[in-house]
Amino acid sequence: MPDAVTVRLTVNGVAREGRCEPRKLFVDFLREDLGLTGTHVGCEHGVCGACTILIDGEAARSCIMLAVQADGAEILTIEGLAQNGKLHPLQEAFREHHGLQCGFCTPGMLMTALDLLRTNPSPTEAEIREGISAVLCRCTGYHGIIRAVEAAARAMR
Amino acid sequence: MEDARLLQGQGRFVADLTLSRMLHVAFLRSPHAHARLVSVDTRPARTLPGVAACVTGDEIATHARPIRAESKMAGYHATEFPPLARGKVRFVGEAVVAVLAESRYVAEDALEAVDVRYAALPVVATPETAMAGDAPLVHEAAGSNVLLSRAFVRGDADAAMAGAAVVVGDRFRFHRHAGVTMENRACLADWNTGAGELTLWSSTQVPGLLREALAELLDLPAHRLRVVAPDVGGGFGVKSALYPEEVAVCALARLTGRPVKWVGDRREDLLTSTQAWDETIDAELAVDADGTIHALRARVVADVGAYSIHPWTASIEVVQVISFLPGPYRVPHYRGEAWGVATNKAPMGPYRGVGRPVSTFVTEALVDRAARRLGMDPVALRLRNLIRPDELPYRSPSGVVWDSGSFVESLERARDVVAYEHVRAAQRDPRRAGRYVGVGVACYVELTGVGSAIPASPGAAINTGTEGATVRVDPSGTVTASFGLACQGQGHETTLAQVVAAELGARLEDVRVVSGDTAAGPAGTGTYASRSAVIGGGAAILAARALREKALAIGAHLLEVSADDLTLADSRATVRGAPDRALSLREIARAAYAGAKRLPAGMEPGLEATRFYDPYFGTASNATHIAVVEVDPETCGVVVRRFVVVEDCGRIINPLIVEGQAIGGVAQGVGAALLEEIVYDGDGQLLTGSLMDYLVPTAAELPPVEVVHLERPSPTTLGGFKGVGEGGTIGAPAAVANAIADALKPLGIELSELPVTPDRLFRLLSRPRQAL
Repeated sequence: MPDAVTVRLTVNGVAREGRCEPRKLFVDFLREDLGLTGTHVGCEHGVCGACTILIDGEAARSCIMLAVQADGAEILTIEGLAQNGKLHPLQEAFREHHGLQCGFCTPGMLMTALDLLRTNPSPTEAEIREGISAVLCRCTGYHGIIRAVEAAARAMR
Repeated sequence: MEDARLLQGQGRFVADLTLSRMLHVAFLRSPHAHARLVSVDTRPARTLPGVAACVTGDEIATHARPIRAESKMAGYHATEFPPLARGKVRFVGEAVVAVLAESRYVAEDALEAVDVRYAALPVVATPETAMAGDAPLVHEAAGSNVLLSRAFVRGDADAAMAGAAVVVGDRFRFHRHAGVTMENRACLADWNTGAGELTLWSSTQVPGLLREALAELLDLPAHRLRVVAPDVGGGFGVKSALYPEEVAVCALARLTGRPVKWVGDRREDLLTSTQAWDETIDAELAVDADGTIHALRARVVADVGAYSIHPWTASIEVVQVISFLPGPYRVPHYRGEAWGVATNKAPMGPYRGVGRPVSTFVTEALVDRAARRLGMDPVALRLRNLIRPDELPYRSPSGVVWDSGSFVESLERARDVVAYEHVRAAQRDPRRAGRYVGVGVACYVELTGVGSAIPASPGAAINTGTEGATVRVDPSGTVTASFGLACQGQGHETTLAQVVAAELGARLEDVRVVSGDTAAGPAGTGTYASRSAVIGGGAAILAARALREKALAIGAHLLEVSADDLTLADSRATVRGAPDRALSLREIARAAYAGAKRLPAGMEPGLEATRFYDPYFGTASNATHIAVVEVDPETCGVVVRRFVVVEDCGRIINPLIVEGQAIGGVAQGVGAALLEEIVYDGDGQLLTGSLMDYLVPTAAELPPVEVVHLERPSPTTLGGFKGVGEGGTIGAPAAVANAIADALKPLGIELSELPVTPDRLFRLLSRPRQAL
């Protein structure tokens, strides 16, 4: 077995460190080594988007990168979205507009929507549809999610 | 209610659970569709660092019996589905060896060191070859690849066909489909050696059914077995069967004395989770010159894959097709025949809508073709044949009783909402030349909340007609309602809490719903077949009603008034006309547990009730779907421009959740109509083993969906609820198919195959034809 390596990074504003094999997927590192199970694994081949997180402010799929690639990075996961017990406007909007059912894609969907609104604070419905097409949801037909992102965009402006 | 934790990454799915000393299991899966197991050598893998055990089919057989789905259906052949293959493998992906290790990484490494020798057998690739006289057998013990056949007959369809003005017919094909829950299947078993007790956490829809089945397969008394379905990431029927992995982790936990966890990956899901449909339907519809339906006959052959699954059996899909082909129409003469045929593919199982997406596709296509032949408008032809309110209750040709329905009303309303005449006029607009726009209608009725009169799966040897609810007001006045149901995104923690709160007279925030744990709720089976609101909701009403009566009796005793003079609302009992004379539910509850001193003479202390509900026949839920599509003859792409749903699920508990169920179902139906197809080659190899090959619709492919609720309460169920979980997927494929056929009408093209992928559309458009 190859020697373990140390990965140091900032997750949700907190400096974290862990030791893992060089081959370890970043999503497994987050879930198993850092105990952040809010980021989900849906396909392990970069299609479904459930594992989406923000790396240095940009959305990325944590299932198709290695933990060692995140060394030194600033990470935001779903656990860091609510601040001081107060839901983020996107989370509030998802609750208000039934933007989730089973909740499995939800963390990846929220992080993707966050990235979308960062780059485009006033998206049209078509732009939202395209923006969130990076994440598969099997429950909602996306209707509630689109309404939620529209509402969050209004609230965040 | 459930949203807050799921939105913050605080849900607890099986993959999130960790127990001390836990082992991870990886399964070595067969690369062959059909092969004899010559030898299995696990020795090189056993000695690798981090590997705890390697277990073969023969070794696990002493700890767990094979899964066997029994049925009362005449002529049905059960199959034996072992937790790990023995003797031979029957589909690509079947588990052969289990490797247990300290991590999944190490377990997967060790799979490479296991040496399995196979001797390939001839592959049974299609039902046609499977039914040939000299076909190799998937199950020698069954003596045939035809695992079941069934027929429903009313009147004389052949004679009626012969005398009819117009007969339309075709061979229809709805290809193989995968449910693709976003959470892959996963399970974790913990064997407590000291107590002799086993706990299984599984991403299942049916914890109660699993407990019953596993007790038998593992030779363990059921009260020593607890099955928990924690947060589950989508079910759609795919997680409603007992899987070999669930049996395996239980047996392996007992074998090793350590917790054993399996988390399936997406490839394992596409290879081994139950698949759907895959039917060929030869069907004909006979109508009079005025468009009145005379007769319908159909022969349906289903590819049920390699095993008959527990508890639904291989009959679940195909028998539902012939049960529901007559749809919401008066069909005086009917004959439907079905065959379920084993092949070397993943097992077929129930998937959202079960049979009815296929039956609705076929019948609605035939109705449209009859209209075209007669030069009638398809809406007019439907209105002539839909069962009218004054004909209800109506017994269908397969014996299903429609207790109620708003079939005509839903079609008329959908026609108006979509502005049907306007769409038709736009189609005729010459400025649209070269653009193929079509409008497609689909009407359906489904049986939901099925009670004990018939099993949820024909012939299945289990009880599916009842559910229970335990509602407890604790001494602090808060309410816990527990159920044998399980939830995979339907929002039960919200809707069932609403039902309990309303019936009991408690504040919604005072009610907490617990489900998905056989140790926490009353005996029950789980969530499937659009049953939870009807049956679980009914049980919740009965239990909450009993508590309300008791709470009022206690309140009346304490306030020294008659119970008739008390009202209970918002967790407060108030004397009518004297709002200052009141008691909180908390005060009543404290008295209830304080005992005889504070209670009416002879009253049993406590404030808790368990009640069960059986809706007996079940209740009809119906809808009309209308799709407007545009077909691009250059790219062979189809864009759904509009989609209207007018649904009647009876009394609505929560409009937002009903809308979510309807639209989510439509999304799966549109995917089924345009994108999603499981493809096997002639050697039984899966060609769609990733989400790059099996295409699930993204937000960019789906239309906005307009939903109208009719809300005509069921006359036969408590609360007036009808099921709504599946309907979206039943109507949508038919509506989209009919819209595409309507768009291509000027080219003389008929549509008989789903999904309509660009490739299939290209072939249709390229075929030599005569314009109408």
